[in-house]
Amino acid sequence: MGDYVRQMPSASADLARRQSIAERFHIDLPLLLLLIALTLYGLVVLYSASGQRIGAVVRQAQYFVIAYGVMLTAAQFSLQRYQRWTPYLYLCGLGLLTAVLFFGAGAKGAQRWLSIGGFRFQPSELMKLAVPLMLAWFLASRVLPPRFWHILVSLALLALPAALVVRQPDLGTALLIASSGLIVLFMAGISWRFIFGAAMVAVLSAWPAWVYLLRDYQRQRILTLLNPESDKLGTGWNIIQSKTAIGSGGWSGKGWLNGTQSQLDFLPESHTDFIIAVLAEEFGLRGVLLLLSLYLLIFVRGFWIGMHAQDSFSRLVAAGLALTFFIYVFVNMGMVSGLLPVVGVPLPLVSAGGTSIVTLMAGFGVLMAISTERRLVVQ
Amino acid sequence: MASVVALKDPYLESRIYGARTVVVLGLVIVLMGVLLARYFSLQVRQYAEYRTESDRNRVQLQSLPPKRGLIFDRNGVLLAENRPSYVLSLVIERVPDLEQTLGLLRELMPVSDADLEKFKTRSRYRRPYDAVPLHFRLSEAERALLAVNRYRLPGVVVDAQLVRHYPNGELFSHALGYVGRINEEEQSRLDEVDYRGTNHVGKIGLEKYYESELHGEVGYQNVETNALGRVLRVLERTDPVPGIDLTLSLDSRVQQAAYAALDGRRGAVVAIDPNNGELLVLVSTPGFDTNLFVNGISSVDFSGLRESSDLPLFNRAVQGQYPPGSTIKPIIGLAGLEYGLIDAETTIPDPGWYILPGEERRFRDWTLRVRGTGHGKAVDLHQAIEESCDVYFYDLAHRMGIDRMHDFSAPFGLGRVSGLDTTHERRGILPSSAWKRRARGEVWYPGETLNAGIGQGHMLTTPLQLAVATSVIASRGLQYKPHLLQAINGVPVEVPAAGIVAAEDANWEIIHEAMHAVLHGKRGSARAVGRGSTYAMAGKSGTAQVIGIAQDAEYDAEELQERHRDHGLFVAFAPYEDPQIAVAVVVENGGGGSTVAAPIAREVIERYLSTAEVSGRG
Repeated sequence: MGDYVRQMPSASADLARRQSIAERFHIDLPLLLLLIALTLYGLVVLYSASGQRIGAVVRQAQYFVIAYGVMLTAAQFSLQRYQRWTPYLYLCGLGLLTAVLFFGAGAKGAQRWLSIGGFRFQPSELMKLAVPLMLAWFLASRVLPPRFWHILVSLALLALPAALVVRQPDLGTALLIASSGLIVLFMAGISWRFIFGAAMVAVLSAWPAWVYLLRDYQRQRILTLLNPESDKLGTGWNIIQSKTAIGSGGWSGKGWLNGTQSQLDFLPESHTDFIIAVLAEEFGLRGVLLLLSLYLLIFVRGFWIGMHAQDSFSRLVAAGLALTFFIYVFVNMGMVSGLLPVVGVPLPLVSAGGTSIVTLMAGFGVLMAISTERRLVVQ
Repeated sequence: MASVVALKDPYLESRIYGARTVVVLGLVIVLMGVLLARYFSLQVRQYAEYRTESDRNRVQLQSLPPKRGLIFDRNGVLLAENRPSYVLSLVIERVPDLEQTLGLLRELMPVSDADLEKFKTRSRYRRPYDAVPLHFRLSEAERALLAVNRYRLPGVVVDAQLVRHYPNGELFSHALGYVGRINEEEQSRLDEVDYRGTNHVGKIGLEKYYESELHGEVGYQNVETNALGRVLRVLERTDPVPGIDLTLSLDSRVQQAAYAALDGRRGAVVAIDPNNGELLVLVSTPGFDTNLFVNGISSVDFSGLRESSDLPLFNRAVQGQYPPGSTIKPIIGLAGLEYGLIDAETTIPDPGWYILPGEERRFRDWTLRVRGTGHGKAVDLHQAIEESCDVYFYDLAHRMGIDRMHDFSAPFGLGRVSGLDTTHERRGILPSSAWKRRARGEVWYPGETLNAGIGQGHMLTTPLQLAVATSVIASRGLQYKPHLLQAINGVPVEVPAAGIVAAEDANWEIIHEAMHAVLHGKRGSARAVGRGSTYAMAGKSGTAQVIGIAQDAEYDAEELQERHRDHGLFVAFAPYEDPQIAVAVVVENGGGGSTVAAPIAREVIERYLSTAEVSGRG
């Protein structure tokens, strides 16, 4: 009994020390726990989606080890440093994107990869991080809400990398890069008049874009989306099969490793872009709700960090990263379920693929830097 | 830079940010709602629909073609069997790049241009997801190559099929007919359910006639497949019902003897058991290898067969129509006896020719060109049949008239289809005045009656009809429907009751004795053939003119082109006392029936009567 009493203060001291450890290493504990939960859930699904190859899971886990390392490292830098580094990061990203066009490695008719010393990565993924940072850097040092000129410059800053990515061609990633920049612009307080004006222009220019800008395969994807039944075995196959997988999962799912669509190879790209269909088939709507809850909580935490940040740069970066993350989720889950065109966006932190995981986790590292910086100021 | 910093308003920025946050959160809630609604709609509201869809995806109903019934001869010798054969097929819906796959397959194995052509034709007429065959009879090595390269060949499948094989394709080509791949026209005619999974159908002959018996009933199995169509497991199965095994009355040893005796000449042999109408022999030469047709004959082979002047595809036994010549004489003689126009003692003088009263044209006897005289001053019916005297039958036919001749001959099965269980049977012509009015729109001339009396002129018969008529004579009036089928799955089929050709017993006896004399009489036209046989035979030779010979013109068979030579015919039955076999032989352009056709008839009879079964019964 006496021992117990004596332990009480030391336990609270442990707790205090642990909090201070998290703070000392600039770790946002809620965010970290949510990310770990998502990571584990994703690995379980990936084992099934990869045709029960443990190798694929180990590989993905290795990426996660790197990614968590990158995240923790990224969390250690101060926001001032990020502000200083942002232009260089952005320029570096642009340079790499240009390099891809000339030296990139291809897969399925697109050049997206760059090999450096045996290490392959996608520079377009880097831009998903660099663009919101760049716009936040640019706008935060200007008077907000941004003036017309600043808006134009901002648009140019996000359009340039987006255009380079479109050339690869990778329409999906380009749209995501552009939207991550637009989010920052929106959060910076761009006027509603400008937003509606731009929307009008976008609607009016849709037809010329359809005719002159989109590639055949992109148009085909959109057409297939509108009527996937029209070409059951060609381009519509993916959507029909993924909808069938999702729908046949029902509320409780067919059970882990028991999805007929995914285990019998009916589902294409089951371990990459279409992995949510595997999850939905095997774990049912219950599993989907669990996944959505995790995503929503991560987003909310990220956004919350942004709301409590001290300066405009931090706020804009946090909001941009959190919202971009959410948009990935929405676009991926929308496209696999047939709501949106199939544009090739992975499901964040669940789909197999190293570069995407590392950049996303780097983004969360920045978020943690913002989060812990605020706490340091409070203290 | 400094002036910009001076103008920044952190409070305003924070307020704007707060307002935007509300907007963004609202937007996120809306988007979340959209996603939830979508997944709810797919997984809960449309769950049953997609569940069915996913089951349909993985579960496929496969048809299991039935095994085609076997065909045996009367002694249990296998005439048509099924052998496993490996077929390379493509499920075109599952082949990502057809051209590339075909190219790769052609690198791996000898797929000919003709195969490719046939494949393209077949792929146009198929049901979706049906495997279209490309290459047949895969060797062991080819199958191994395919297995190794399977990963490069999605949608390519190798199936083991049972394919018809005829161990004696050529010998029984016309007796059995053959099966072949189902063509477009048959596809639309055949029952889609029954023939799902079946690739072959009886095309001609017995194989076609008994198609419904031989085919059997299709079976089904539900299988789970992956997206590449590979079967992973069988979920449920209904076995196919195999086709019925048929036993034919044909005797392959006798068939072989007949084929050998014809010795490559163009001709036909049909032999019937006069006691029940069973066909013992059905040979038409030349034959052809029916196995060539089973999986689609190559155009080279086919044009070779079709363009051969020997017409190997032509079933002479049931399709060949020949003037019966003198083989008709026993029937005409019997008719004369029955109508009371003659009796056994009636004689006529034969100077070697016959002149119709009031006409100048001479109807010549065949002896005229051989020895310059007729058969003698007083020829009776016995001698007229034994020596084949034309003048006697000119006179008898003239007195009988064509219509009475027609009416008496018709029950012997002449001029009509016998109903043998095969296809493409022809009916021949048994002329009458009514027939000529109908068919030619002309009146009947008395001279034509004389020609009909010796089996020439308009009269045409098939070897089958001659054999049937001979069996009626042999059995003294029993007219059984000729048939090939003896037993179904080992159970004998019922023989329908015979029709009766009524005639006086004494008259049958007169005809039988005369036909016996043809082979065993001193002056018998085929006495050379009858000599030395251990049993008594009865028969009648016939020689059918191929081209009209001008009146009084001399001709020499040697000088005529081979194709213009007479057809040699012979009909016979044996043993004389208790007939067990009736035979008809036709040798195209063989010359005289007694010299060329009669020996063949004897070979056949001898071979049949020497078999254990018959001696046991006798």
